[in-house]
Amino acid sequence: MAQLDDRTEHHSELADGVSAQVPTTDEVQIKTPESIGGMGHRKKRKEDPRFLQGKGNYVDDVKLPGMLYMDIVRSPYAHAKINKIDASAALEMDGVLAVITGEDLKAAGDLHWMPTLMSDTQMVLPIDKVVYYAQEVCAVVATSRYIAADAIEQVFVDYEPLDPVVDPFEAMKDEVIVRDDKEQKTNHIWHWEAGDKAATDAVFNDAGTVVKEKFYIPRIHVASIETCGMVANYDKVREHMQIYMTSQAPHAHRTVFALVSGLPEHKIQIISPDIGGGFGGKVPVYPGYVICAVASLVTGKPVKWIEDRSENLQADSFARDYHIEAEMAADKDGKITGLRVKTLSDCGAADAAANPSKFPAGLYSICTGSYDLKAAHVEVDGVYTTKPPGGVAYRCSFRVTEAVHMVERMADIMAHELGEDPADYRLRNFIRPDQFPYTSPTGWEYDSGNYEAALNKAMGMLDYRALRKEQAEKRAKGELMGIGISSFTEVVGAGPSKDYDILGIKMFDSAEIRIHPTGKAMARFGTKSQGQGHETTYAQIVAEELGLPADDIEVEEGDTDTAPYGLGTYASRSTPTAGAAAAMAARKIKAKAKKIAAHLLEVGDDDLEWNVDRFQVKGSPDQAKTIQEIAFAAYTNHPQGMEAGLEAVDYYDPPNLTFPFGSYICVVDIDKGTGEVKVRRFVAIDDCGHIINPLIVEGQIHGGLTMGLAPSLYEEIVYDEHGQNLTGTLADYLLPTAVESPKWELGKTITPSPHHPIGAKGVGESPTVGAPPAIANAVVDALWHLGVRNIDIPITPPKVWKALRDAGVTD
Amino acid sequence: MIPGAFDYHSPRSLDEALSLLQQHAGDAKILAGGQSLIPAMRFRLAMPSILIDINRLDDLRYIEERGDHLAIGAMTLEHSLEDAAVVRSSYPLLHDTAVVIADPLVRNMATVGGNIAHADPANDHPGTMLAYDATVVAKGPKGERTIPIDDFFTGLFENAMGEDEILTEIRIPKPAANSGGAYTKFERKVGDYAISAAAVQLRLDGGTVAAARIGLTNVSAVPMRAKGAEAELVGKSISDAVIEAAGTAAAAECDPSPDLRGGVDYKRDITRVMVKRSIQQAVARAKGGK
Amino acid sequence: MSEHEVTLTINGESVTRSVEARTLLVHFIREDLSLTGTHIGCDTTSCGACTVLVCGKPVKSCTMFAVQADGAEVETIESVAVGGALHPLQEGFWEKHGLQCGYCTPGMIMTAKNFLANNPNPTEDEIRRGISGNLCRCTGYNKIVEAIQYAAEKIQADAGGE
Repeated sequence: MAQLDDRTEHHSELADGVSAQVPTTDEVQIKTPESIGGMGHRKKRKEDPRFLQGKGNYVDDVKLPGMLYMDIVRSPYAHAKINKIDASAALEMDGVLAVITGEDLKAAGDLHWMPTLMSDTQMVLPIDKVVYYAQEVCAVVATSRYIAADAIEQVFVDYEPLDPVVDPFEAMKDEVIVRDDKEQKTNHIWHWEAGDKAATDAVFNDAGTVVKEKFYIPRIHVASIETCGMVANYDKVREHMQIYMTSQAPHAHRTVFALVSGLPEHKIQIISPDIGGGFGGKVPVYPGYVICAVASLVTGKPVKWIEDRSENLQADSFARDYHIEAEMAADKDGKITGLRVKTLSDCGAADAAANPSKFPAGLYSICTGSYDLKAAHVEVDGVYTTKPPGGVAYRCSFRVTEAVHMVERMADIMAHELGEDPADYRLRNFIRPDQFPYTSPTGWEYDSGNYEAALNKAMGMLDYRALRKEQAEKRAKGELMGIGISSFTEVVGAGPSKDYDILGIKMFDSAEIRIHPTGKAMARFGTKSQGQGHETTYAQIVAEELGLPADDIEVEEGDTDTAPYGLGTYASRSTPTAGAAAAMAARKIKAKAKKIAAHLLEVGDDDLEWNVDRFQVKGSPDQAKTIQEIAFAAYTNHPQGMEAGLEAVDYYDPPNLTFPFGSYICVVDIDKGTGEVKVRRFVAIDDCGHIINPLIVEGQIHGGLTMGLAPSLYEEIVYDEHGQNLTGTLADYLLPTAVESPKWELGKTITPSPHHPIGAKGVGESPTVGAPPAIANAVVDALWHLGVRNIDIPITPPKVWKALRDAGVTD
Repeated sequence: MIPGAFDYHSPRSLDEALSLLQQHAGDAKILAGGQSLIPAMRFRLAMPSILIDINRLDDLRYIEERGDHLAIGAMTLEHSLEDAAVVRSSYPLLHDTAVVIADPLVRNMATVGGNIAHADPANDHPGTMLAYDATVVAKGPKGERTIPIDDFFTGLFENAMGEDEILTEIRIPKPAANSGGAYTKFERKVGDYAISAAAVQLRLDGGTVAAARIGLTNVSAVPMRAKGAEAELVGKSISDAVIEAAGTAAAAECDPSPDLRGGVDYKRDITRVMVKRSIQQAVARAKGGK
Repeated sequence: MSEHEVTLTINGESVTRSVEARTLLVHFIREDLSLTGTHIGCDTTSCGACTVLVCGKPVKSCTMFAVQADGAEVETIESVAVGGALHPLQEGFWEKHGLQCGYCTPGMIMTAKNFLANNPNPTEDEIRRGISGNLCRCTGYNKIVEAIQYAAEKIQADAGGE
């Protein structure tokens, strides 16, 4: 996948020259003093004081003069014809200004349909039928939130129920067609393959052992504590649309709004203020956003729309919903040789995932994982059902979680089948450190890795051999204890422009740094933090590069009028892309700073060397100019012929993705009476390359692990046979509390990315990707001797109870 | 999620509350802690036209031993049960229950009377009060009356009080010597309703169970006692086999509905396990353990 | 349908407003009083983002009507730092990285404030149970627990020093 074009060659001039042979360490590298606070410092977050004092500014905190409120009428059916919408009673209510229907949107220029990020189409509001439960049917605009809520009760819709199709395997039979708006009367959306089928079949023919298993990776929902919402403020006089929006990708959203609405892009300003958690759920454009913007256009007033939690859980994009059939082959020595996978992807009523255009199944073909296989072949089919559309993120959008779950479960099954210790088995099947850069059988070029170092470290941290001994003793007494391992390979940082785009927009990201005369700086980015701490980490990158104290750098994101264009924050891409752009922009500034320093010191450029925060004359460090002095000179005493000022912009197009990895070990105890799984210990060794801020990285890993635990044991979006969501509140969609979440035990190895300017890789999603198979493997490890080979996540007490009782185990 | 409109009254005395209730009989709902009612109103599953808020009736907030019983004012906060020394020392079944009701924040609003009067089989107090053989005190226009807990729960969300009556007090008999009780709840996560839970209160006479009452949570349409399980215990010398028999009887006599918490067979078996664990704990406490 | 005059003390200041009976306390605080530090995250009394102190006790302000708070003392996150000095809990959350997106943080801090007042020297398990009515989606809770431990120690040390 690595591709050197003009752009990356240009970058390589500025790159630090990190070689591919950088060894793995476990010490965070710190090059700046704490007063500067560059990379590696456990720096307290710059953004925290406002959040700690209730001064964050989230979308629902935005209050504009004369603001109206929108509420949405939603379908009680998963599939139904709409015969009539009678809004007359609602319109007669005091305080109700408008009811917006699909017909209204159609009349306004075919706004009743919109493109999804996967180039499919999705209804904004229906004209003739609804295709999922809780689908938007029409919207009411009123003078208050309370009146709007009353008014939606007064809209009467005449539905004619149609048969739903909830099961994707049923949908493949095409007996009920979900999208009869399409020319092709089929629910089958796409077929996608990766790898080499013939080579894979050959490997299977020669296999000593073949194991097969089916996995269902359930539908789940990010359920960030802040739901989605918008304040749209159309100024008829200026013909200007200002939008406050819960957006992880404000620039891309502005372009989508411009394309959909026909409003000129320079007349649209999207502001993504503080975001109360995103995790991928705030990447798509939802119908509510479009209707809210139209409501402001129609009324000429600011309109606010804030989802209820139920709307959020019932209608916003889901994640996962993959039905996987996998086969793994091993040779006569037990070495893994091949993988064959068929998968059905339930897309709901529209393919509204947020994958790069060329990747309808995301990066699922990373599914050979950390193992050195001879061949692999992967097939995925996408299918429509009468369920909400999506396939977006749950802290991992590009289907890496599904891939890792499958391969880590399969490797574990193979180890158990062969009677080998799952840790030893992994160690002898890993891609070796000397094989990097490694080209996988499905075509990925892994930039770096050292899988055995991470697993060995994890095993050491919890004394793996002693735990195995304890397990054997417990088993002899009839107690159920399991140890599960996951040695995952992540793939993040989308991505190189050759292969990666969303709706045609290449997946670069950007940084713009301006140093003010007094040595303070403003840095703006095309990404958008939702809690990841960009205001701190980006400042630390710039501090590292330029020696300006991180506290002197103001980081700003999320306002499309001021920030450089970028694709946003999701898929753990901010550090690999915008983080790289920060370093590259800083290096451009540094190049100019050097010339200014040479001018000030009256020496040649080549006589100077950089030292933390200054250029000094080689061999006489007393002769130096600090970055602050240089900044001042850039405005007051710059060389003749040079432009004044000290600023730079970088649009970073990564040469390759980055490949973070890790090894997790989970220890569980199982209650034979109830089937409850208790996570006793969980050790997580992550390798995300160079660490910008260990405090923040730890926080990312803790959060990601809990979001890995959640779908492993608790969370699932469940539909009944009518397509009705049974888990539409937080009383039934079970987010773990502090009691369910274990005390995570972290460790790290550091294997820098050889192609990333600061050797970093991205970390937010790794733990969510890596944790579920560790937990599932631990449960199955506890039960394997009872004949249990698989329990699909979420591993709820009833599922474990059934496995136990089927095996004759009781309390 | 905005509640429908209603008229609101906030009486300052029980008599004023009763008179309002009589005046608006059929239209009014009593607002106690509101932790079940207000969410139901936000979903517009409940749309009372009149709310009578009895949270200002501080006279109904007390926990004290009076004569042969522990008297708990209906408006006593669940949180107060957790902290009350008398509950900690002498009513371990009640204390067990109080600490697993919903979550700590909900327990700062939710009331004991509300939990019982709601007559929700998923709530935790009904089973506990059944096990304690508690008495409910209700006051109405005709005065005060007592209702044995066995007669109190008449249907799903239905109780034996008239529309014009207010639950004012719950009386728990003082446990005799050599008594022990325990509440074991299995929930999907903290704050959830029980998959199943068992409240056991028993008295030992030497190694023999002299008396036992068992209440079950969330495994029937109406809060229920496990009388079959009780029968397996009373008069028997305590043993693993006897405890198992009691658990098995409870599993057979409960009547759970399948839902996201599990199927019928699962809930029955969990009931067996909960009953067993509560008995074991109750026996240990009757013998002087914690 | 009834309108009511509500007078309450919010963060030490007495305010009077006329509200519809059905106005939820959280909307009263956010919309009528423009104190937007208190957040809304669910409809089912599950998440605790709306936690405020009413007469010293943490409650979910989405499950209480504003009229019920008539005469009460209400404290929100905006009152926690006094005279520009962060409260030990705020310090703890900052030092220990007990927050990421910040959305659950105000509710978490209000709960923890009352929790530590009642239990100044808690165990980790007690802290986890104490905040079990507040959901956080970002942190995995480890660092929130550490933040509360930090605050407990700081408060104890400050009290001991007097």
